[in-house]
Amino acid sequence: MTLAEMILASHSHREKVAPGEFLDVDIDMVLSNDITGPIAIKEFTKIGLERVFDPQKVVMVPDHFTPNKDIASAEQAKMVREFCNQQGCHYFEVGRVGIEHVLLHEQGLVLPGEVIIGADSHTCTYGALGAFATGMGSTDIATAMATGKIWMKVPPTIRFNYHGTPGRWVSGKDYILYAIGDIGVDGALYSVMEFGGEAIDNLSLEGRFTMANMAIEAGAKAGLFYADQKTVEYASSRTERSFTVYKPDPCAEYARVIEYDVSDIEPQVAFPHLPSNTRPVSQAGNIKIDQSVIGSCTNGRIEDLRVAASVMEGKEVDHRVRCIIIPGSQDVYLQALKEGLIETFIRSGCSVSTPTCGPCLGGHMGILASGEKAIATTNRNFVGRMGSPKSEVYLSNPAVAAASALTGRITSPENL
Amino acid sequence: MISGRVYKYGDNVDTDAIIPARYLNVSDPAELAVHCMEDIDVNFAGKVQAGDIIMAGANFGCGSSREHAPLCISAAGVSCVIACTFARIFFRNAINIGLALLECPEAVENTSDGDRLEVELETGNIRNLSTGKIFEARPYPEFMRGIIKSGGLIQYTRQQLSARQE
Repeated sequence: MTLAEMILASHSHREKVAPGEFLDVDIDMVLSNDITGPIAIKEFTKIGLERVFDPQKVVMVPDHFTPNKDIASAEQAKMVREFCNQQGCHYFEVGRVGIEHVLLHEQGLVLPGEVIIGADSHTCTYGALGAFATGMGSTDIATAMATGKIWMKVPPTIRFNYHGTPGRWVSGKDYILYAIGDIGVDGALYSVMEFGGEAIDNLSLEGRFTMANMAIEAGAKAGLFYADQKTVEYASSRTERSFTVYKPDPCAEYARVIEYDVSDIEPQVAFPHLPSNTRPVSQAGNIKIDQSVIGSCTNGRIEDLRVAASVMEGKEVDHRVRCIIIPGSQDVYLQALKEGLIETFIRSGCSVSTPTCGPCLGGHMGILASGEKAIATTNRNFVGRMGSPKSEVYLSNPAVAAASALTGRITSPENL
Repeated sequence: MISGRVYKYGDNVDTDAIIPARYLNVSDPAELAVHCMEDIDVNFAGKVQAGDIIMAGANFGCGSSREHAPLCISAAGVSCVIACTFARIFFRNAINIGLALLECPEAVENTSDGDRLEVELETGNIRNLSTGKIFEARPYPEFMRGIIKSGGLIQYTRQQLSARQE
């Protein structure tokens, strides 16, 4: 069995499962946020139960429009807060909250071998830990909050093997953008992407979170990694709970096996308006930018900020550019502060924000006007994603976003 | 039997196109419906009539997990969405809230924006009243028909829970 099949089998009390089978799956963690939580709460109420199935396995993270950007958002956040208070489930208030997909693994709430569902499409991020994690809608989440179970169809698995040694500025973001550019935004529709190969063995956990995070941008249900020693150490240091590490069978059946040599991969830039619209940064041409956003559930971790700061150290952001840095969690923020990264950003002329999804989805903290262009380390560049439907978003890794902030046009850090 | 005018779009219509995130500070379907499809078809909410049909290419509903997307399509009066393929979260969400979806690449290929269609959901039969052509959509898997028959996932779950108690 593939990694996904093993985890799904273990959570549906079966010896073996195969693609296409329908399962009733036990859930280890049920997640929602300030946008999807309110609908989930309304639907949960309709089921007619007073209590969630297990408050220790339900978490709500108000991260999208927080700190509350307007009265309507404040009402939604309030509804989530009150529900969590009443149910006793996990909840993180502003001041402690981070972006859900940076926070949950930091807090040890999601572990290798577990099944996690979340009313947020980027729930697939936890696949980096060797967990089966997938996004669903609020009604599915309401059902899982009530029963602790959800139906799933076993997806086929596509295996991606990354070989070779990457160039200096090439990161997990580039590995995944390259794959999405190759297979397209529906190239893994209804499937699992399973990542491996020696370049993945050598990739940091942060890089793996970035890759798993964007599996959804290829239409995938999940993006999974084997939990190696690095992962086990990371997870063990954050929880007392025990967990199981699954390793895919050598004879596992894959729908497709795709091989990449990372020494062929340059830093990638996804042009508007699809994450699959990728080009190597050297072929980006002369694209002037108005804004650079470094953060998000894709690239808001400490390694991302270190890379961005190393590019910016001692240099100044172009005077026509707004550069917005958003640490993904309070822990990331504090660590960046200790390492002097925040000072580097501020001396370079960046704005540093409290953790929030904010501009990534056009919520707040950096909305684009018509005709404006942004480079962002986020995950989507759809029409209107960061503001005006007449604005444009270009996706890249943190090094390219930092270099572009300095020059005012899309730039490789190689060329500074 | 459903009958309505077709509003046709291309491939990869994402959930930000269906309902931009800037409007997600509310979750009332009627309020959301006013902005349905706004960023790719600014007048959609003003012109769509009850019963009308959205038609699109591959991967309709890709992107975010927001259930607001099928909710606002449904609240705008759209009776069903016909596409070549659907993104998986959108597909689940639509089934769960009772918005009918049909996968039928042949119908998409042979239908123009503005055509009128008649759709029989039980059989998946699609008749293009403007051209006279008839198409057959892929049937839902048995398991999902159970959810649809119950009237959505919440009703289905209630039934399952009460069966468990008995």
